[in-house]
Parts: sequence; structure tokens; C-alpha cells
Amino acid sequence: MATSDIQVAEHALQHHFADMEQQRETSTFGMWMFLLTEIMFFGGLFCSYLVYRASYYQAFVEGSQKMNITLGATNTAVLICSSLTMALAVRCAQLGKTKMMAILLGITMLFGFGFLGIKGVEYHEHWEHHEFPGPNFHFQTDDPAHPATDPVHTEIYYSLYWAMTGLHALHMIIGVGLVAWIIIAGLMGAYSPSYYSPVENVGLYWHFVDLVWIYLFPLLYLISKKHG
Amino acid sequence: MKHGEPNFHPGADQEHFDYTSHLAPISMYVGIWAALMVGTGLTVYAASVELGIFNIVVALVIATIKGTLVVLFFMHLRYSTKLTMVTVVAAIFFLLILFSLSMTDYLTRGWETYIAH
Repeated sequence: MATSDIQVAEHALQHHFADMEQQRETSTFGMWMFLLTEIMFFGGLFCSYLVYRASYYQAFVEGSQKMNITLGATNTAVLICSSLTMALAVRCAQLGKTKMMAILLGITMLFGFGFLGIKGVEYHEHWEHHEFPGPNFHFQTDDPAHPATDPVHTEIYYSLYWAMTGLHALHMIIGVGLVAWIIIAGLMGAYSPSYYSPVENVGLYWHFVDLVWIYLFPLLYLISKKHG
Repeated sequence: MKHGEPNFHPGADQEHFDYTSHLAPISMYVGIWAALMVGTGLTVYAASVELGIFNIVVALVIATIKGTLVVLFFMHLRYSTKLTMVTVVAAIFFLLILFSLSMTDYLTRGWETYIAH
């Protein structure tokens, strides 16, 4: 072990832990406990999605027909790529390759901004087409064969769409901020192969946000075969 | 030192003490990435085929396989302590309780009309 590594380890070890290994495992466990509460947080939204989808299935199909599947699929790919660069950044942190870690985290941030940009384009389209719940909500059905769907029920689909993707986007924004923080801390020499828990835990957070999108994409965009 | 056990004898093997956790090869991460990309393509393709009720089943099965890969390998659950694994299983368990108990209410609200007629 290098001298600098021992210094970082001695500096980072809190007095209430026996050693770095115990401290690291406690930190990871704590992060997973937080992610458990996040799962229940998003779970409430997924549950209301389930309830209303079961009640107004045809209106949900109508609403999802307006989604841009190309942009949605592109965003899924962007997030998966960002998860790869994040996983490799954590690996670099394990090996003490700080510069490479910072570069990979920088690429992860760029993917994060890319995702938010594409999401912004989609939001803009929906806003222009009055597909935002509220007094100006207006839904023009693409499928005159099923005129029976009530716009009020389609509005519920859009409420859930904006709430779920909005909460997810908020997590992305926080994630980008966290990545920026570990890039700076990393370049200032805060981490070493014996202490990189913040990198590992921000990585866990980032992958979790990716995981949420893996479910959001098929549930919101791909409810039924695209008409026409 | 065996991974997952707190070291109560820090002086015992100081020279070869392994502070780092499991180091997975780059090829594994790239492999998982490729599987996730293929899964995404498969999801989009499956949605373009009319399968009726099975559209959602196929979509959720693919999403769950992708999610499992992310949790096990990207999030290192495969190499984590048993305590962490129990935490994740508990999260899934409570999520299923949330869904199933809510649906026992909403899906059975019309039953009284069936009984009356």
C-alpha cells in the first residue's frame, strides 16, 4: 500500500468503526437502505399508475400513442451507456486511477445532460400540444375508431406521465450534481483504493435512477402497439 | 480476508490486508451493457407486435431481466454482504405488498354489483 493511500485511509476512518472494511460495508448498507425508501417513494406512483391503468386502460393506450418512442428508446440507451461509464468509474476508484475516474464521471455527466436535453425536447412537444394536465389540457385522439375514451381519463395518464418522468428527471438533476461533487473531491485527492465509498454510493444512486427508467419506458411509452 | 466479514483482528495480517472490494473485469461491465442494449431493442420490437394482453407481460419480463442485471452487476449486489441482499429482497417484498394489497381493494370494488344481479 502506498504511503498516500495509508494517509487517506487513516484520515477517512471514523473512530466508531473497527476498520475501513467495516466502515465501507456500513456505508454501502446505509445507501441501500436509502434506495429502499426511494423504491417505496417511486412505488407509490407506480401503484397509482397500476390502479388507473386497470380502470381506464383504453384512455392510457390513447395517451401513450402520443409518445415519441424513438426519443424514449434513445434516452433508455443514453442511460444504459451512462450506467456503463459510471460502473467503470467506480472500478477506476477501486484501483485508485483518479484521473481516469474523473474522465469517466465527466462522460457520465454528459450522458446525464443528454438525457435531460432529450427529455426537455419531449416535454416541449407535449406542452405545445396542450398535453399537460390542467385548464389548458386538450387531447385530440388519433384513433377515431375508439372515440369513447374520455379526455378526463387521458388527462390522468398525462398527470402520471408528468409526475413519474418529472420525479425521475429531478433525480437525474440531483445525480448530475452528485457526480460533479465526486469529480471535484476525487481530483482533490479525497479518495483512494481503501476509501472510495462516496464514489461507490453515488454510483449506486445513478444505477438506481437508470433502473427506474428501465420500468418507466415500457410502462409509459409502449402500452400498446402503435396505431397506423 | 474473506469478503463480508468484519475484521476484528486488524493487526493479524496487516501486510496483505485487502481493503478493496471485489474487482470485476471490464469485459463483464461491457457484457452487461451489451445485454441491456439488446434488451432495450427487444422491448421496442416486442411493442411493435400485437400480442394483446401479453404485450405488457413481455415488456415487464424484459424490464425485470434488465433490472436484475443492473442490480446484480452494476450495483455489485452479486458481491455484496448477505445483509445488503436481504435489504434488497425486503424492498421488493414490500413493493409487492403495496401493489397487491392496493389492488385487492381497487379490483374488487365492482363485485357487489355482480352479486346483486
